Amino acid sequence: MLRVISEFFDPGAELSAFEKRAADAGAIVSFLGKVRGTAGEKTVGTLYLEHFPGVTERSIASIEAEARKRWRIDDSLIVHRVGRLEPGEPIVLVCVASAHRREAFEAADFLMDYLKTEAVFWKKEIRDDGEAWIEPREADYKDVARWKKPMRKEK
Amino acid sequence: MALLLFFGKLADLAGARKREWPLEGETCSVRDLVGAISREEPDFAAALSAASIRYVVNETMAGIDSAVSDEDEIAFLPPVSGG
Repeated sequence: MLRVISEFFDPGAELSAFEKRAADAGAIVSFLGKVRGTAGEKTVGTLYLEHFPGVTERSIASIEAEARKRWRIDDSLIVHRVGRLEPGEPIVLVCVASAHRREAFEAADFLMDYLKTEAVFWKKEIRDDGEAWIEPREADYKDVARWKKPMRKEK
Repeated sequence: MALLLFFGKLADLAGARKREWPLEGETCSVRDLVGAISREEPDFAAALSAASIRYVVNETMAGIDSAVSDEDEIAFLPPVSGG
């Protein structure tokens, strides 16, 4: 299940409702992403999240479908904010329910890596000294690449 | 008229989120369209054809060689970042 919303959401209420819906699951993992107040040395006033209605939802749905192919997931929830956000506000919530914890942890990790780099959103930081569009960092692309090759030990 | 949609930094460069563009009944490729734009706005056209830009035609992922016509909605997507 996924929701792209332009209003503040209450992560506790979302998790509680998800927990009731996935009552038979043995494990629930949740991740909450929040707007940081700083970017390096600079203070961030506001974050602006743009999306492409329809296309954004489909990009998230295909990420969610891929997670369900890879892990035995009972249920999942992705809530993602768009519009103007202030520091401290929740921006993304990922919940995964499964029979056992390992699958839920891995699927939540996978979902976040793909949301960072492949979900159709654009992010602008509005700082004291101007505005800047933010693109994924090298570390974000490295994180998502972990899921794209056969698992093997680091040399 | 084809409808062009710009997102993120491309909307800032275009000064608008959407723009109409006449394709005069001809079917052409996204590359041809960018070529036509470059005759009027070379700097903007370079941004539109950068390797990192993705194209979406009528809400479906497309490539720079995908066919487009006067009825289509063509969206230009700079690198995405969510989460």
